[in-house]
Amino acid sequence: MLPNDLDELYKEVILDHYRNPRNAQRLDDAHVKAHGFNPFCGDEVDLQLRLNGDGAIREVGFQGRGCSISQASASLLTEELKGKTLAQTEALRQAFRRMMMGERLTDEERESLGGLEVLAGVRQFPVRIKCALLVFSALEDGIKEHRGRKR
Amino acid sequence: MFDPKAIRKDFPILARTVHGKPLVYLDNAATSQKPRQVIQTLVECYEMYNSNVHRGVHTLSMEATERYETARQKAADFIKSPAPEGVIFVRNTTEAINLVASAWATDNVGRGDEIVVSEMEHHSNLVPWQKVAAQKGAHLKLLPATDDGVIDVTALDTVITPRTKLVSVVHVSNVTGAVNPVKEIGRRAHQVGALFMLDGAQSVPHMPVDVQDLDCDFLAFSGHKMMAPPGIGVLYARLSVLEKMEPFLRGGEMVREVWYDHATWNDLPNKFEAGTPNFTDAVALGAAIDYLNALGMDAVRQHEVELGAYALKAFAQLEEVDVLGPKDARQRAGLVTFTAGDIHPHDLGTFLDHEGIAIRTGHHCVMPYHRKLGLVATGRASFYVYNTNDEVDLLVQSLKNALAYFAHAS
Repeated sequence: MLPNDLDELYKEVILDHYRNPRNAQRLDDAHVKAHGFNPFCGDEVDLQLRLNGDGAIREVGFQGRGCSISQASASLLTEELKGKTLAQTEALRQAFRRMMMGERLTDEERESLGGLEVLAGVRQFPVRIKCALLVFSALEDGIKEHRGRKR
Repeated sequence: MFDPKAIRKDFPILARTVHGKPLVYLDNAATSQKPRQVIQTLVECYEMYNSNVHRGVHTLSMEATERYETARQKAADFIKSPAPEGVIFVRNTTEAINLVASAWATDNVGRGDEIVVSEMEHHSNLVPWQKVAAQKGAHLKLLPATDDGVIDVTALDTVITPRTKLVSVVHVSNVTGAVNPVKEIGRRAHQVGALFMLDGAQSVPHMPVDVQDLDCDFLAFSGHKMMAPPGIGVLYARLSVLEKMEPFLRGGEMVREVWYDHATWNDLPNKFEAGTPNFTDAVALGAAIDYLNALGMDAVRQHEVELGAYALKAFAQLEEVDVLGPKDARQRAGLVTFTAGDIHPHDLGTFLDHEGIAIRTGHHCVMPYHRKLGLVATGRASFYVYNTNDEVDLLVQSLKNALAYFAHAS
């Protein structure tokens, strides 16, 4: 039978998000546009965020192709973003990165991760951590660019 | 009698397990494992005669020099170089190609000249020429590949022209596995007065390669893919070409006389080996060549053709699996690059790793050709002398398991 730690990586939820990505739409007039590409494996993600007048994320769009971890991570993230401000998004990104590094999270951080916590098993597979982080580094760049434009 | 099961006993690493399963090492096109004989040679060097070569008059230096030069002779004989001076020790295939792109191209490629490579080149035989083309105002041209992943010889006369100064192609593709029709390509190159270079990284470790028969001016290969340590490789060059080339790196050992304002160059091959060479690993390469010669390169090739044929047949039974490259195992090396349904190669690689199976996944340093085929990444199983049909069976069974595992979520 299959080793358990493999199932720990490829949880049903993860495979489901890989097969059926959430928020799989392209938002044309987005405030934040994020593009992530890993030339090593060709994994690619595109995120678009539309913001409310008060700066909270109102709508999320996601397109991508690549391995199950990179795509599921992006799809799971889209489900956590709605209603968050960009600052809260940044805190979420930090929490996720710390989870991938195997660091101890505060209860608050764990809570902020929501559905993304299913990806905790990825940290047992060091070569795949980059896959999970792809969408987060794309988002970081996208937010930086957005703030640069606003300034 | 060629017996991979007996050969396996010479490779200590093959006895280890990965995730509790016996290691099935099918990533030989990336690097090969090392037999005890090569490992022992390294130990002996450090324990018995380690010292700098070509310098001291003491016993250790003389012994080290003698072994280093013996290794050069072995490498020369292995590829049928008429003279040991045609063998320049470098770090690897990449460095060998960069040596030519620097030392040769500087004086021999001009504005409007052409350098010809193929569509399926490894980055190491593409990126150095991009720089030469940009610096010299030369054109970098591509020989197309057929649908079977072989360099298309029908394009030779149009792509290679009297303006072509160098044709440099991969002998055996690390992606399609094709053994390219290099003699025809070389004939066309020489017909227009161009030099002809071969990237032998995937051919020299796996089949008899004869530089005189192939009539190439340069041949590059790496030791680590043929049972030697990483960090040692060979640039073979025709002596008449080498003699006219300026040095690559400048410094110690490559000089004859030095003044404050100028210097004269040492004889071949030292002129191209500036600084203390990697003599230890060169000697280990010599031991690897001894090992391969004892097996016989014809027998090595035969084994890999048979293993490749066995794998191709098994893969053909899997509906979701598509294999790149020629259909005929005799036209290809013992490597199989494939896609498995819509499983991303890295997911597949992780899955197989948990079954103890090591394959390569990704673009194999051949990004443009993958892009051309509409692929981002592929899986690749590549064989060597110690691989068996049983291991191919394990791979195929695990592939089936992976297809089932990743399918059940849909």
